[in-house]
Amino acid sequence: MSDKTMSLEDFAATIESGMTIGIGGWGSRRKPMALVRALLRTDVRDLTVVSLGGPDVGLLCAAGKVRRLVYGFVSLDSIALDPHFRAARQNGAIETAEYDEGMFVAGLQAAAQRLSFLPTRAGLASDVLTMNPSLRTVASPYDDEEYVAMPALRMDVALIHLNRADAAGNGQYLGPDPYFDDLYAMAADRCYLSCEEIVPTDRLLKDAPVQSLLVRRMYVTGVIEAPQGAHFTSCVPDYDRDETFQKEYAAAAKDPGAWRRFEETYLRGDESGYHAAVAGRQAAQSGTDVRSV
Amino acid sequence: MEFTRAEVCIVAASESWRGAGEVLAHAVGIVPAVSARLARLTHSPDLVLSDGEAFFMSEPPPLGGTAADGGVIEAWVPFRSIFDVLQSGRRQSMMGASQIDRYGNQNISAIGDWRRPKRQLIGVRGAPGNTVNHRTDYWVPGHSPKVFVERVDIVSGVGNDRARAGGSTAQRFHDLGVVITDLAVLDYDPEGHLRIKSVHPGVTVEQVQQQTGFPIDGTDATETRTPTPEELRLIREVIDPKSLRSREVAG
Repeated sequence: MSDKTMSLEDFAATIESGMTIGIGGWGSRRKPMALVRALLRTDVRDLTVVSLGGPDVGLLCAAGKVRRLVYGFVSLDSIALDPHFRAARQNGAIETAEYDEGMFVAGLQAAAQRLSFLPTRAGLASDVLTMNPSLRTVASPYDDEEYVAMPALRMDVALIHLNRADAAGNGQYLGPDPYFDDLYAMAADRCYLSCEEIVPTDRLLKDAPVQSLLVRRMYVTGVIEAPQGAHFTSCVPDYDRDETFQKEYAAAAKDPGAWRRFEETYLRGDESGYHAAVAGRQAAQSGTDVRSV
Repeated sequence: MEFTRAEVCIVAASESWRGAGEVLAHAVGIVPAVSARLARLTHSPDLVLSDGEAFFMSEPPPLGGTAADGGVIEAWVPFRSIFDVLQSGRRQSMMGASQIDRYGNQNISAIGDWRRPKRQLIGVRGAPGNTVNHRTDYWVPGHSPKVFVERVDIVSGVGNDRARAGGSTAQRFHDLGVVITDLAVLDYDPEGHLRIKSVHPGVTVEQVQQQTGFPIDGTDATETRTPTPEELRLIREVIDPKSLRSREVAG
């Protein structure tokens, strides 16, 4: 088995402007935030982003990297809507394709199976058809049913974050929900998997059930070890969502001056700089002097 | 016996689950969530409750919590399975509505033109799929002409006129039940128009009509039934001892 481990910088160098990028997780849960932050440090732009979105979408919109957004929702879960997404919509800054969540999943399934579409009842008679004028219905060849033909959401690249992986790209989730990360991996030409910890293959099942093995290595191009790589979204059981940091993010996103300060503090440096800034903030809030650490 | 408006709403909403059978109760909001639990503890013991995350719960966690906060897990249902469940039809929803029109078209997506909305809301979420796959009811905690409008800006949940125009597949499992508000219970006449089924104690038909942005028939409106002592005990002592319900409906 070949070793697919790489650095965040090596990963980021493979992404080109104009690409279609799928981002796994769900809302503000297990988002590959270290990979997204690595993209923020590049000059790629004009991306098409495909996501059941959270702050991944917000950050990429704020950085002006999104030309088109394909989404089921963009939510921070404990906060109903990502403020950057709201602003991008209300400013008309991005093209969008808003789908019913179930339609979005059908689109992932179609892409993973190399089909051009999958039929679904969801979307019929709703304004999802109005908002996506290229959507078509398809007549059943067996009876008189007519379904929405949800087009495949095929991607150039998928980004996902899991609890653990081996160096070959076998990925393991240890929380209660796989979300759709395996489908993203199969729906993309290349998938980059970041994880809390890279472990030897024979350690994956030492303390976890076989059902936790979610992503198979033949769908993975690169593996990046990124501890706290989903921060500030949740990555249970390793960590919960950082709700105080998320509140800070959401508050800053509503004001240009505050957002510039947020960027200066957290997003100007590399990944270790980000985590140092987060740790410094936590220390300051708990009254600890970071200089003594 | 004294009772609050929130408790009247919960009991009215609980009636929407009666006869649903062994299906998943998808309840968005505090009053709907309490109402599903009340239905389970009274007339609909087979109703299936979820923690809103990845589990079905034979004993639900404390209100507002997840399986991590307590209760008994009976099934594993990650998000991917929810879409399978809803397409199988073994599910019934009570959702919110930012706008709703006389045919029960619901909007939660955005206000204004979808290309560049005046105000982006949460998006259509699962409303289009829910409404063409299984029964859907709505909960409106603030009955006003801003919510009950002549025309919704973006049809998220499919109304009766749109379902009819959408062909037989759109209609096949389409089933709008009731709209519960802080003032009244609305249902649909044979043409698919909303009408006033009952007004809550202390509310008049005229008040409901004034707070509705389109003409609505109240000819056959009765009074919403009041909670029984046993329902009040279950709501106050078992399901919602911290009275989260009073945050959603005052009084």
